[in-house]
Amino acid sequence: MIAVAQARGGARRLQFLRAWSARIGLAVFLFVVGVAFLGPYFAPHSPSAEPGIPFSTPSKAYPLGIDYVGEDVLSRVLFGGRTVIIFGALATLLAYAVGGAIGLLAGYSRTLIDPVLMRAMDVLLAFPPILFLLVVATTPRGQGHVALVSAIAVIHMPSIARIVRTAALETSVRGYVEAAVARGDRTHVILRREILPNIWGPVMADAGPRFTVSILLVAAINFLGLGPSPPTADWALMISENRIGITINPWAVVAPALLIAVLTVSLNVVADAIAHSLGKSLDVETLRR
Amino acid sequence: MTESVLRVEGLRVGLERGAAIVEDVTLELRPGEVLGLVGESGSGKTTVARALLGYTPPGVVIDAGSVQVAGQEIVGCDERELRRLRGRLISYVPQDPATALNPSIRVGDQVREMLDVHGVEADRGRLVAEILGRVQLPGDAAFRRRFPHQLSGGQQQRLAIAVALACGPRVVVLDEPTTGLDVVTQARILEEIGRLRQEGDVALVYVSHDLAVVASIATRIAVMYAGRIVEEGPAESVIRTPRHPYALGLISSVPDHVAPRRLVGIPGVAVGVGGRPSGCSFAPRCAQRVSECEEAVPPLQRVDAHRSVRCIRWQETPAPKVDLRGVIGDTLDAAPLLEVDALRAEHRGRGASVVAAADVSFTVAPGECVALVGESGSGKTTIARCLVGLHAPAGGRILLDGKPLAARARSRSREERRSVQIVFQNPYDSLNPVRSVEDAVAWPIRSLRDLGRREAAAEVATLLERVRLPERMARRFPGELSGGERQRVAIARALAARPRMLVCDEVTSALDVSVQAAVLDLLAELRRDLGLAVFFITHDLGVVASIADRVLVLEEGDVREEGTVTAVLSAPRSDYTRRLIAAAPSLAIEATGGPSHTSRA
Amino acid sequence: MGTLATTRARWRRHPLAAYAVRRVAVGAVLLMFVSMLVFGATQVLPGDAASAILGRSATAEQKEIYRKELGLDRPLPTQYWSWISGVVQGDLGKTLASRDPVTSFISVRVGKTLVLALATLLVLLPVALALGVWAGIRRDRAADHVISGISLGFIALPEFVTGTLLIASIAVSLKLLPPTSIIESGQSPLTSPRILVLPVLTLCITAAAYIIRMIRAGVVESMSSDYVQMARLNGVPEWRVVVRHALRNSLAPTVQVLALTVQYLIGGIVIVETVFAYPGLGQGLVQAVIARDIPTVQGVAMLLAAIYVVINILADFVVVLLIPKLRTSQ
Repeated sequence: MIAVAQARGGARRLQFLRAWSARIGLAVFLFVVGVAFLGPYFAPHSPSAEPGIPFSTPSKAYPLGIDYVGEDVLSRVLFGGRTVIIFGALATLLAYAVGGAIGLLAGYSRTLIDPVLMRAMDVLLAFPPILFLLVVATTPRGQGHVALVSAIAVIHMPSIARIVRTAALETSVRGYVEAAVARGDRTHVILRREILPNIWGPVMADAGPRFTVSILLVAAINFLGLGPSPPTADWALMISENRIGITINPWAVVAPALLIAVLTVSLNVVADAIAHSLGKSLDVETLRR
Repeated sequence: MTESVLRVEGLRVGLERGAAIVEDVTLELRPGEVLGLVGESGSGKTTVARALLGYTPPGVVIDAGSVQVAGQEIVGCDERELRRLRGRLISYVPQDPATALNPSIRVGDQVREMLDVHGVEADRGRLVAEILGRVQLPGDAAFRRRFPHQLSGGQQQRLAIAVALACGPRVVVLDEPTTGLDVVTQARILEEIGRLRQEGDVALVYVSHDLAVVASIATRIAVMYAGRIVEEGPAESVIRTPRHPYALGLISSVPDHVAPRRLVGIPGVAVGVGGRPSGCSFAPRCAQRVSECEEAVPPLQRVDAHRSVRCIRWQETPAPKVDLRGVIGDTLDAAPLLEVDALRAEHRGRGASVVAAADVSFTVAPGECVALVGESGSGKTTIARCLVGLHAPAGGRILLDGKPLAARARSRSREERRSVQIVFQNPYDSLNPVRSVEDAVAWPIRSLRDLGRREAAAEVATLLERVRLPERMARRFPGELSGGERQRVAIARALAARPRMLVCDEVTSALDVSVQAAVLDLLAELRRDLGLAVFFITHDLGVVASIADRVLVLEEGDVREEGTVTAVLSAPRSDYTRRLIAAAPSLAIEATGGPSHTSRA
Repeated sequence: MGTLATTRARWRRHPLAAYAVRRVAVGAVLLMFVSMLVFGATQVLPGDAASAILGRSATAEQKEIYRKELGLDRPLPTQYWSWISGVVQGDLGKTLASRDPVTSFISVRVGKTLVLALATLLVLLPVALALGVWAGIRRDRAADHVISGISLGFIALPEFVTGTLLIASIAVSLKLLPPTSIIESGQSPLTSPRILVLPVLTLCITAAAYIIRMIRAGVVESMSSDYVQMARLNGVPEWRVVVRHALRNSLAPTVQVLALTVQYLIGGIVIVETVFAYPGLGQGLVQAVIARDIPTVQGVAMLLAAIYVVINILADFVVVLLIPKLRTSQ
């Protein structure tokens, strides 16, 4: 079955779209991403201009009202989606790059690195992700983009490394790899021809939920006020900034909250559909711990 | 004449909307009889077996026919009625007791649950001990408190049989009950089943892919092909004078260590559900096919009072051809191609090391076929891996043309690596799923023989022809091939290196017998045509008898016996060999006394 | 030596005890590494802690005092040693903000957090377990689709979004419940249980989705196992198949799910307490992080990580007790 999948790669790759929920999920997700990246071109005001009276309710000029310092909520919503998506994506990519390399090394060498990696992983697994991010944020240089992206990547790394390691180990005892070893093929040839193409699928199967988790973590840190500082527009930050005025202009809170909700939920629906089409069940549970 | 206790008529089981999985199944069985339901993978035998209990997997329904057990109709019963009947009137013994026994229920409670569920009024504690005793399991309290994982494979299967017998059913369905057990344990379980048949008024349905095993216990045999019974009759006459060409093919495919003979495989592949032709399903593979065969499904015809066959030309079916191999093996004077000298191999586990080969020595001459036979865990595979440089020996030497080989493949010269090629056991993981057949076969030509891409591609066609695969297979991917086809590709890939010796590690154990026969035949042809030496690893003495010249018998890393196939099989010197030979089932079709099971000897 | 040998012999006779001892020892080593990580992250990473805390405007003298206070002037191993030996004796140092012991900072807040956590578990577990089992047994039927679909959405919702939306709807629009959960100092959250409702609900929504999906997966797996099929072929009634065969074997995974839930709550509570201004340990931790109150963060982080590790060990042990195969092979 897998082989057919790869043989007919193109058609099969989009097979997850057969479920109507996946199609709607993908459309909604793309819409929110569109809002986040194209939004700034449609924003009626500058996100940091202060044209109004704080917490004014929606009006014609300001469809979502005014926020706590007098900025236009709609403009800030249109500007505020990029951070979570970009940092979430960067953290996920970094996690895959480093975690994948470590896992491959551990799986292929099987010697010293393997036990060290496994113990290091246990230590990291002893931290709830939020707690880990908070500890990092306490450090002198812990409250910047770089620290946040790296810390989230570190949270994902152990499990990615483990999955890659397991996949590499499983693949390396397959007949076709053994045959290549017995033929005396060079290591890099074996990796490229026989191993990598076969571990790609299982390793990437949970890229979707990982991306969701990364976005959730970035948003949580931004919400706690440990991410970008106030003049910057950010959906999560907007929620905490404007909470005090929730009774006066709830839209300043509800609008960004709804966008984050729609973003993560739609992404998760798509990720679930992809996982299903790969014959796996969604793994967001274990990732979130 | 006793009343039949199982009567199946016109049974059809199919997908909820559409194709039939099995159809037109008609059977009859009397108490004390054992029906052997034989077929290869995909023939529908397990579907029939479960339908006898009114069970179908989700998405599958029994849509026609009748199944009567002791006069009680099963088809059309609701779930509650079925529950009442299952276990009490008809019960089931699963294929793999290791997964079919609930891991958290104790041995005694596994049996007792049947008594509870079916409301058997008795001193249940004593009854449980008694039931366990019937299958030769200890009935004491300590044993009853064990969990299934604390039993051996054979004990687990006995327990599963005990559970099936607990409420005294009239019919017991056994679904491949000995597959996965080693031959010696299998022989004991078969003995047990034989005793059950003799002692009670129970009728047994024994489902198996292994004709030799079925022949040893069945009184009647039904052969299934592509969802239909193609031949049915008394066991002895079906085996000695098969009337359906498929039954004939199957019988000619079964390797036999008692009467070593050349095997004749069945050409082609079985058709799956949905892809069956409109006429006789076997027609595309049949040698005696006429155009009429393709027009309509042949009806089941009476051969005599006790036999029926689904073939319009059954009278043409020849008798099984017995092409005995005669005296096999001779001492060759030629210088050995490969020489293994005091090989020692170990597996390093946690702290302790397990010896896979203690002190193994043998030689393989050019063009010779040496078989290494032993049960699982005897160290066979490790020895094969040492030969091709996948496992570093802990001691001893391996010499090719008199020159010692390095431990690891990558330290060997290209010429050395080219000369010895390996084919693995599992056809489902021996080919890279993302590489096409052409790519897989062409690669060794390029990497080991330095030919260019175009020359390699040109040679692929020749190699595929060599292993009797059509040229169009070159573009296919492994996922689109059957097990037998994959194994042929794996052989073609090994041949691509132009080796002088092939190491075959259980290459046919995952294949159906008819496919196995064809692959063994291919290997024999390659030896003849290319002068290829073959080192053949197997657990099956029948396979040894049909392909090898000489044989080594391995037990726990030690060679117990070595010699020509004829010498070892007809006059074994070691106890272990004797036990193996006694336990191995055989069709023994040349014998005048009909099918016999030698384990009781 | 003699005693050691006999103790060893006793362990061998009680393999489970030996397993427990081994597991606890591994946990202790793990906690040691965790402490190094906590300490290392907060105190060793590059950058000047003093200026980070006091800001650029602080004088050199002020910074020097802070460095002394944190022990930054001493060599690293000494710093770690004095900190960890304090931790082991229950002395977590003094908060930078109020100069009170970190332990009293914790003791004031830990009770409130426990109330929140226990209230959540009390509501969450029965509902989530029941729904998970139901969805698993009714696999691919309407009930399963509804439960699984909703949980798939809920699991992806960040707690602060759920919390905020609940405040906006239930507290602000409908005015049914208070929008924040502020507690007067010295008071117990139990004096006005109304304030617990929204935080508990927020935690439950995410955690329930999470438990339901895992329980459902476990039940689906055992319902499609060979032994369940075998029980049906043996004529065992369906309720008995579910209870005695399927659920019995999904019991052990359930324990692990519970452990994971408690572990999830440790992270979730930090956010939810902040959303509702609930004066528990989590909110205190966030404030300490914002103030870069290193001793407080170190102390609270160590406590939470220790709880995490202990729960893991307990769960592993219970699982071994519940699975005969593991129990007898230890």
